[in-house]
Amino acid sequence: MKVSNSYIGRPMERVEDLRMVRGKGTYVADVNRPGQLYAVILRSSVAHGKIRSFDATKALELPGVRHVLTAGDLGTVVPRIPLRLQPLPELEPFHQPVLADQKVRYVGEPVAVVIADSAAVAEDALEHIDLHIDVLPAITNREQAEARRAVLFENHGSNTAITWKAFRSSADAVEEAFKTADYVRREQFKIQRHAAMFMEPRGFVAEWNEAAGKLTVWGAAKTAWHNRRVLAAALGLDVEAVDLIEVDVGGGFGSRGEFYPEDYLIPAAAKLVRRPVKWTEDRREHMMSANHARDIECDVEIAVSREGRFIGLRGQIWADIGAYLRTNGSVGPRNVAQYMSGPYCFENIDLKSSMLTTNKTPSGTYRGPGRFETDFIRERLIDIVAKDLKIDRVELRRRNLVADSQMPYPLASITPYDSSTELDSGDYHAVFDLCMKEFGWAEKSKLSGKLIDGYYHGFAVGSFIEGGAAGPKEDARLVLETNGLLSVYLGSSSVGQGLETIMAQIAADATELPYEKITINHGSTSHVKDGYGAYHSRSTVMGGSAILLAAEKLKVRIREVAAARFACSPDDVTIDGEQVEHSSKYLQLADLSDTPLEVEASFFNKKYTWAYGTQAAHVAVDPGTGHVKVIDYLSVEDVGRMINPLTLHGQAIGSIVQGLGGAFLEHLVYDEEGQLLTGSFADYLMPTASDFPIIRSITLELKPCPNNPLGAKGAGEGGLIPVGGIMANAVADALSHLNVQPMELPLSPPRIWQLVQAAEVDRATT
Amino acid sequence: MKPPVFEYASPSTIAEAVSLLASGNGNAKVISGGQSLMPMLAFRLASPELLVDLKHLKNLNAISVGDDGVRLGAKVRWCDIEADQRLARNHPLLAEAIKHVAHYQIRNRGTIGGSLAHADPSAEMPGVALTCDAQITIVGSRGTRIEKAADFFTGPLQTSLEPDEILTEVHLPVWPVARRWAFREFARRKGDFAMAGVALFYDLDEKDRVVDAHIGAIGVSDCPIRLTAAEAALNGNAITEEAIAVAVRAAKSSIDPPSDIHAPGAYRRSLVGTLLARSLQQSAS
Amino acid sequence: MQVEFELNGKSVSAEVEARTTLADCIRDDLRQTGTHLGCEHGVCGACTVLVNGDAVRSCLMLAVQVCGEKVVTVEGLSGDELSPLQASFRKHHALQCGFCTPGFITTAHALLTNEPDADEDRVRDVLSGNLCRCTGYVPIVEAVLDARSHYARRGGK
Repeated sequence: MKVSNSYIGRPMERVEDLRMVRGKGTYVADVNRPGQLYAVILRSSVAHGKIRSFDATKALELPGVRHVLTAGDLGTVVPRIPLRLQPLPELEPFHQPVLADQKVRYVGEPVAVVIADSAAVAEDALEHIDLHIDVLPAITNREQAEARRAVLFENHGSNTAITWKAFRSSADAVEEAFKTADYVRREQFKIQRHAAMFMEPRGFVAEWNEAAGKLTVWGAAKTAWHNRRVLAAALGLDVEAVDLIEVDVGGGFGSRGEFYPEDYLIPAAAKLVRRPVKWTEDRREHMMSANHARDIECDVEIAVSREGRFIGLRGQIWADIGAYLRTNGSVGPRNVAQYMSGPYCFENIDLKSSMLTTNKTPSGTYRGPGRFETDFIRERLIDIVAKDLKIDRVELRRRNLVADSQMPYPLASITPYDSSTELDSGDYHAVFDLCMKEFGWAEKSKLSGKLIDGYYHGFAVGSFIEGGAAGPKEDARLVLETNGLLSVYLGSSSVGQGLETIMAQIAADATELPYEKITINHGSTSHVKDGYGAYHSRSTVMGGSAILLAAEKLKVRIREVAAARFACSPDDVTIDGEQVEHSSKYLQLADLSDTPLEVEASFFNKKYTWAYGTQAAHVAVDPGTGHVKVIDYLSVEDVGRMINPLTLHGQAIGSIVQGLGGAFLEHLVYDEEGQLLTGSFADYLMPTASDFPIIRSITLELKPCPNNPLGAKGAGEGGLIPVGGIMANAVADALSHLNVQPMELPLSPPRIWQLVQAAEVDRATT
Repeated sequence: MKPPVFEYASPSTIAEAVSLLASGNGNAKVISGGQSLMPMLAFRLASPELLVDLKHLKNLNAISVGDDGVRLGAKVRWCDIEADQRLARNHPLLAEAIKHVAHYQIRNRGTIGGSLAHADPSAEMPGVALTCDAQITIVGSRGTRIEKAADFFTGPLQTSLEPDEILTEVHLPVWPVARRWAFREFARRKGDFAMAGVALFYDLDEKDRVVDAHIGAIGVSDCPIRLTAAEAALNGNAITEEAIAVAVRAAKSSIDPPSDIHAPGAYRRSLVGTLLARSLQQSAS
Repeated sequence: MQVEFELNGKSVSAEVEARTTLADCIRDDLRQTGTHLGCEHGVCGACTVLVNGDAVRSCLMLAVQVCGEKVVTVEGLSGDELSPLQASFRKHHALQCGFCTPGFITTAHALLTNEPDADEDRVRDVLSGNLCRCTGYVPIVEAVLDARSHYARRGGK
């Protein structure tokens, strides 16, 4: 009987849940090592200044305080954190030192590390450290940055780190296109600073084994192998002497797992004091030290023909990246420029994206980096154009969506650190139409602008693309144990996406072994020779494809070993689930060998996958309070192939709600002195269970990806990508009688109220 | 965010509690539900040397409803008010306002005494106490005193409580069955502190004209305030669209709300007007 | 200070400072790490435990405040088999990273024990005191609603 598994595509309940619903997950704060000490970080309370003096004498006198680690402990040169992505030499001036080096550049910048018998005592010690900083003017906005009111990096001379250029077609052609276009509209938009804000604060437990010369660090996530190389180099250790272990991870969303100062400081502390050192950040600390994101302004133009054909996009984007360039801090600003066209045809693109340094927490990627921002910009422009040209908003979009026959469709290229990509496959129109039908647009949108029971009703639709599966590669190692169980070791990381379940489904189908006999081990540097991790929605495609390749290798190996036992050629061996057969003789895999059978494989990939979709929404706006009720929200996305519909659907809903948080609630606010005013959950507002009750999501497998054996497209981030634009457009639609045009996020009640006031004044005076 | 070091005591009688507070020389603080104090300790915004826990004090958690109104012991929790069926009839304004306080877990611990003593300018209970002319019983080294709510709130997070005093009871005057009332607040999310809120009641004379209007507002000043200009505009008049509009204009010109990261003052001013108008409309229907 | 209380049905004691929160006592002194710290200032709900049957934020209580009381954590609501509530969470995919999950389990258990007929509005209302960043809440609400029948059969309280 031929076994044929089909776990791929099944909504399997998750393996992870069995421990997590019982509170038996192990997160880094749950890890304890014998004899451990506790670290608390002294952080700058000044946004910009020169460190004049530092004295920890009184702190060291407190009972239980063991050491205060300062820049002086780190050698002659304070190590600086290299870039993981787009590591251009001209960006080196902006690398962050692991401890403030003579200067502080943002509130929250690490200055020293207190190591004590308990976290509470270490925190007590902070108050006894004398730190004197000569305050310099703080740069907190673009005008100040460009006017050089102060310069963060004196050697660089300006507060503009670099300007990326995204282009499609030549500069001359773009200029010509705009000159001759029937219609050009220019607007300025702003998206607010907010952040991933995962629920588990970051932490590390680091242990240095002097005798073995080995460093072990618990708390890794996302990019453990890269971080291991960086850490080993910074500490002067061989890579093999360092082991980064990923335990359960409480969310990442692109922000956890990058190499932060603490990724160096805690292991360095452990090495220095020769005791295990444990550090967990608290929420206030998290808000001022984990990557911020999305702080974007722009001045852009769209060119359109009279019949409503999109011709071009051009303009300038400014990204406020904070005080240093973080390991992947260029990704968001680049993506705003490179992906502004989204799923629509734009032949002429000339967009510049400048990264400005300011005295704020440094920025990095947060789910759909640059894409949430750029979709807000583009979808707003499209609705504004529709109104000007008197073309229906739905029709205008349909007219310009990239067609299947145009695939692969090149998007804008970007330079320097050149990158080009093309849309791979998709029936954007079919998905768009399905969304409109499922939403009931034709009927519902008749309520556009109507006032019912004190609320103005509004509707909006938007399409999006979601890039995934960044390469260059991922590794998988399969071990068929002597008892017939299969252990899978992956370079992929878990950030809560159900990796253990999804990969087991793929492995079960690929090896045809029982699902229950497969265990997935992930994310620790001891597991595979080289891994890359979880980012850019790549785990399913990259890790999953690596498993497929490794499974083929395992089958070859099994046939070889069986052939020796059967005394036949490997070609004459048949594998059937848990047994092998030759000429009606059978052997169980569990009896095949005295030693485990082990294979390793790499999947290489250069092409991004492009999941895509359309979302539609119905809102009701209270003009008195400015409150927006989301009455219905529907997302339809084609992901090529679903491994686990249950987890995929979960990601979509969760992502949409994050987008709604970004559209309405979340905002990291600074004052003119660079003080972070939103330092707790009382002020940084996250969506709760009562805010957005109706969220609907449909996932399709319409057009598989042609570029990987699974046919899958990375799809963890899409939900939130168009949300900002759609919500702003829906509000504009609701208040169209006043011509309210939101140009800025978040759509807070006071902002909407102000737009209504201004519009009513306009109306009264014209 | 671990709290700073402090001593802890959990006395069995009010007299002991007062004595402990007095011995603290201004550095001792009462803790009961802890829902406001604990976050302050976590952020190290407060560093008391001694916490005096009211946990073992008896007779402070009763809700009594009688001819003279409603009496709430200081340790009455939000969930106790929610669960007391009598209050929907005997003090509907209180019952409604309390529905907006915080969240489930906080409601199981937070107390009315704590809320009044903490005196957050956006909190519902101080707003209700002020609007309803509550009398607050306070016990300290110098004995027992009864303070009118209007005199109790003295500034943002400030009350007339001396360091050695404990609030023990709140008395809300009796509530006529025919009384008209409304409570409305607007918060960013359910359970958040209000950006502004209005609590109001009035009675009607034989010609359906407003008498004895009480209109309180939260979130628009250092403390809860009475919108006396709006009250004056309403008293003696029937509730009509015109009367509401006049009252709203009077209310808006009489306040100067602060601006913060969540809202500019102008927005809060407008919000009070909107909430007042809607509250009056609701009370009249 | 010595604290003695009942944790998940067993008598426990610990030597703590007055300032030690109930959350830290449970996690560090008593080694029950299912209760999580997401904010330490009483907003996220990841630290929710039951004290005498009431759902409370354990980061907003001092360990010394539970002397003589009955405390139940997510571990105390777990057995060899998944409870109906836990099974419902799994069935509805009401967790992704799992960090907020213990707080939702304890809160939902308290709610359904007291109000087995809670409707969707009431469930959302009560759960609005717990933050989740992964799921968007839809499946959590579904899971809690789906678990009601088991609590009703038990007779509620």
